Amino acid sequence: MLSFLLRRLLTFVPTFFGVTVVSFLFIRLLPGDPILLLAGERGVGEERYAELIKQFGFDQPIWKQYLDYLWGVMQGDLGNSFVTKKPVVTEFFALFPATLELSICAIILAIVVGIPAGVIAAVNRGKFFDQALMTGALIGYSMPIFWWALLLIIVFSSGLGWTPVSGRISFLYFFDEATGFMLIDSLLSGQKGAFASAVSHLILPTIVLATIPLAVIARQTRSAMLEVLGEDYVRTAKAKGLSPLRVNGQHALRNALIPVVTVIGLLVGTLLAGAILTETIFSWPGIGKWMVDSIFRRDYQVVQGGLLLIASIIMIVNLTVDLLYGWINPKIRKG
Amino acid sequence: MKKQFKLAGIAAAAMMTASTAMAAGTLVYCSEGSPEGFDAALYTSGTTFDASSKAIYSRLTEFETGTTNIIPGLAESWSVSDDGLEYTFNLRPGVKFHSTEYFTPSRDMNADDVIFTFERQGNEANPYNQVSGGTWEYYNGMSMPSLIKEIVKVDDMTVKFVLNRPEAPMVSNLAMDFASVVSKEYADAMLAAGTPENVNQQPIGTGPFQFVGYQKDAVVRYAANPSFFRGKADVDNLIFAITPDAAVRYQKLKAGECHVMPYPNPADVDAMRADADINLTEQEGLNVGYLAYNSMVAPFDKPEVRKALNMAINKQAIIDVVFQGAGKIAKNPIPPTIWSYNDAIVDDPYDPVKSKEMLAAAGVSDLSMKIWAMPVQRPYNPNARRMAELIQEDFGKVGVQAEVVSYEWGEYLSRSKDKDRDGAVLLGWTGDNGDPDNFLAVLLGCDGVGGSNRAQWCNDEFQALIVEAKQESDPAKRTALYEQAQVVFKEQAPWATIAHSIVHMPLRNEVKGYKIDPLGGHIFYGVSVE
Repeated sequence: MLSFLLRRLLTFVPTFFGVTVVSFLFIRLLPGDPILLLAGERGVGEERYAELIKQFGFDQPIWKQYLDYLWGVMQGDLGNSFVTKKPVVTEFFALFPATLELSICAIILAIVVGIPAGVIAAVNRGKFFDQALMTGALIGYSMPIFWWALLLIIVFSSGLGWTPVSGRISFLYFFDEATGFMLIDSLLSGQKGAFASAVSHLILPTIVLATIPLAVIARQTRSAMLEVLGEDYVRTAKAKGLSPLRVNGQHALRNALIPVVTVIGLLVGTLLAGAILTETIFSWPGIGKWMVDSIFRRDYQVVQGGLLLIASIIMIVNLTVDLLYGWINPKIRKG
Repeated sequence: MKKQFKLAGIAAAAMMTASTAMAAGTLVYCSEGSPEGFDAALYTSGTTFDASSKAIYSRLTEFETGTTNIIPGLAESWSVSDDGLEYTFNLRPGVKFHSTEYFTPSRDMNADDVIFTFERQGNEANPYNQVSGGTWEYYNGMSMPSLIKEIVKVDDMTVKFVLNRPEAPMVSNLAMDFASVVSKEYADAMLAAGTPENVNQQPIGTGPFQFVGYQKDAVVRYAANPSFFRGKADVDNLIFAITPDAAVRYQKLKAGECHVMPYPNPADVDAMRADADINLTEQEGLNVGYLAYNSMVAPFDKPEVRKALNMAINKQAIIDVVFQGAGKIAKNPIPPTIWSYNDAIVDDPYDPVKSKEMLAAAGVSDLSMKIWAMPVQRPYNPNARRMAELIQEDFGKVGVQAEVVSYEWGEYLSRSKDKDRDGAVLLGWTGDNGDPDNFLAVLLGCDGVGGSNRAQWCNDEFQALIVEAKQESDPAKRTALYEQAQVVFKEQAPWATIAHSIVHMPLRNEVKGYKIDPLGGHIFYGVSVE
């Protein structure tokens, strides 16, 4: 197990350096000069431009800039935002809990609804529920997030007044954010109604962000179930006279879940992409919107630092999953 | 199961109450973006100014809300020496800096604060010059380093600005956001504590609202300053709910989750007008959108050719299509809300037949040119690509073949400055200080050729008029000079003046006393919620 762990860690190191190179070059390859963008129509004189180029270190050769950046990364310093002048690390960790909270809620909703829906559809193959569910899943998968979110807001927030339009909590509540997770912080605050307000603000963004993963999970569960339902052991279980619940739940679903779990793992990327739009529409203060704004402003430090942090988190999650697989399945460990 | 339903019902009821209720005495403004920080002198965006200088700070002079008139601010009065080189400001006594959880001032505002405010921007030796990556863009952009010779403390309550040259707009410049007066006592305390960046993150000012807290990209909270020198604000709490999407801002306004929202979608304006709960206010913006010819390149070096092309443009169609009615045809290079606007000038009529004749008379045939379309949306040009296409079509009708080109925004701004640039550029300007000089000298003065003067146009008569006006302190004489400059501009036609935008500001009916700021800011002092 130790050698497996070391092997995995060894692949981690070059990947990390690869990400620093890609994130550093990515934003610099886009056309656009951050100083000119910052100055806008007002412009900036040649002398002043030269001063600013020097101040921000853009006069150095690109390899030197990269090495300076890498040296900072080694020391845990990702630099300061060009726009807000604040450390990138501070900004990232102030915003990341909001994205994480929303993503966790969305994936839970997608799993809790998607898997049972897929199972029921498979069991009732070709019947009305199956047709309706598959049509719904197709619509959910192809629906533009922006339009879907606005539709929900217009109906449930402005029309029926059931949910708030946007934000993370009502402005009536104001407390220190100990964890950055609004559900937890609102409970810790002890303020009456704060938790309910945080929950109500989560409902629509969660539904919107969960829509695509839910559709994918439901369809994947259905097809995996259909495959398993045709297996001999399922027929045997049925022949033995087991109840449909035991056949489908215990024998079929358990085996059908393996590809579904793989798909759920892959959906993390979809969730982050969806979070960018969802966060913009629901004024959700997460990293998605922060990154997009920074790309438009050519805020080099934020884009390269943000990408590096996001990639690092995904790499750590992957590493953990790999280690878990290795622990569960000796074949992988030895291979 | 029954119990679970009951609990769910109670939770749902609690949610609805919490989400729709807004505390009494609280004004919620659905702002369009996040402030970059709270020390206005470090930044250039209006969104940041709304959240910082407009709410938290005051300046020596101020713009009277809803106008571009200058009124006394932290300076009770001022005088200008006969040679126009010395401005002496008498400070208002008894002005308190905010007393907050993180700082309690021990003294009132005085000359030291005023001097520190400018010195940190202009003097590299000042310990605050490099704090928070300070580049002081507005201070530099308004030419303060070359303009200010020195700032002298006459006594605790009197400050004298000594200039290197006469500059009539100086008093207006000091009302701008970058000139917001900060507390030297607070800055010194933060420097001693090793946290100088707190001046930008936990601001202390003398303005109508004091800072309470900021949750990044979500909400900024303020409380009314009980000691504000003009009297406490009508609302106890001010909240900026950051809501970047215009459609969502509108839904929040309808749902009563905010009282005021800026920048509505043009497509929503009619629905807002029809909504009984919403009061849609409007005013012409302090901006101009234009098409600048390159007057250094033939045949655009001939005024008659530029004039002929101007007559080919159907501006009304542009207002209808591009601005969807939320604009006004521009005939002058300055907007009508600015003093010295010359309303006697008659715009070039839309007359393609005459235009064609004039082009022929100027010896221009088979002309082909480029029209540059900005890649970004601006109040003075909400859709540059569409505008360029309309102009292309208009030019086609008079036999001029136009090609629409565009570049990434930074490239666009940079390349459009080139003196040998190929083509006419769509661009615009939003005023900084309500002074005509801020339009005419910056955009059309000889000093701006190769820079902000995209027409590369340097006319001796025009230049003499604006230079004289800048040095003249008598407002009536300045007005006459600027009016004459606009006449010269119209004759010479370095631009096709296209439009001034109309700013819409939807408010809920319970909001009283809100005035649209012609300078584009959002000001909540004097606003109440019934």
